[in-house]
Amino acid sequence: MPGSASYAILFLGTLLEALVVVCAIRRKVFRKYFVLNLYMALCLLVSWGRHYILAREGLASLNYRYFYFYTDALLTIVLYFSLISLYVSVFEEMKVGRYLRLGAVLLLAGTSWFTYAVVSQSSHKILTYFAFELSQNLYFVGLVLTYVLWAAVLKMRQTPALLVQLVLSLGIYFSFFAACYALSNLHPTLYSRVSVLFPVVGCLLPLSWVYAFWRVPNEARLSPARLAMAGVSR
Amino acid sequence: MIAALILGCSIVFFLQFFVPYCRSLIAASSNHILSPEVRDVTGLTTPASGEDFHRVIQLLHLCPDRPEDRGEIRAVGIYFEMVDFLKTVSRSIAPSVRTWTERELGRCTYFAAVALDRRVAFSRDLLAQQIEA
Repeated sequence: MPGSASYAILFLGTLLEALVVVCAIRRKVFRKYFVLNLYMALCLLVSWGRHYILAREGLASLNYRYFYFYTDALLTIVLYFSLISLYVSVFEEMKVGRYLRLGAVLLLAGTSWFTYAVVSQSSHKILTYFAFELSQNLYFVGLVLTYVLWAAVLKMRQTPALLVQLVLSLGIYFSFFAACYALSNLHPTLYSRVSVLFPVVGCLLPLSWVYAFWRVPNEARLSPARLAMAGVSR
Repeated sequence: MIAALILGCSIVFFLQFFVPYCRSLIAASSNHILSPEVRDVTGLTTPASGEDFHRVIQLLHLCPDRPEDRGEIRAVGIYFEMVDFLKTVSRSIAPSVRTWTERELGRCTYFAAVALDRRVAFSRDLLAQQIEA
């Protein structure tokens, strides 16, 4: 069974996920960032489910492991669509939402096909391994897409500060997980050590979103170019 | 090979997101006007100096903790250490970078002072509520 520190982190993460939704409702941006809030609400449900199975069957049980990896894949897909919803917000004025969603579905299908092609050659437990690999691949795809979105945001003169913070925190989250998965692929023995950090970093995304929804005023705008590393000399 | 490439890209992307994120947090607090009490206690000059950062952080830790700003203070703390390292490295190589790093360190100090101001105001409100109850 996990120690009290793991339970405390799990509880803190669940609390922060609930707080994101509460803050979004309070700030009246729940509908505007609906997919982001849906992701947090799903995280809340999944956390509860994981806690339930963990308490009944223990950390080493197969049920817990299956539940963990399948729900992780599901959450990654919803997070991927949360990112697409940020794309839609950024390009709202260009009325390209339909094309963005279509492109996102095609990219997801392509990533799934690629993952299946890799997994089918190397494992007999295809479905479980597929869920695990899909999560990893989507983290990297998400990272690249967030970077492209950030590059587009940088071209804008003034952008809502709330949107900037949501995009950047998502980028930090994706890049951290992509780096961790890449590191554990390079040295598989490191996975058990690296995975200890996952719940801690998992708390950082809801924490930064709580801060953004709580603190950053709706009308606050930033000049993204001044925030980038390229702006060092300015 | 591909894993190493992904790891390298992820670290570069991480920095590309982390630095602007910290700067967006700092920019959000730059318009906040410090209360005279916090200005007196911290003894901040105008513009704030990076040398006062650790002292302001120590004062911040004396105040009751607020979960919603804990992550941001930690992130800016890491950013401060990164810029401080850059300042040390660039001391003899690039003086223009040094000027920028000093300004950036000062902004980090101001961010910490704003967080201190907010925590003091929060504690004061909490105390007032307790007295009323």
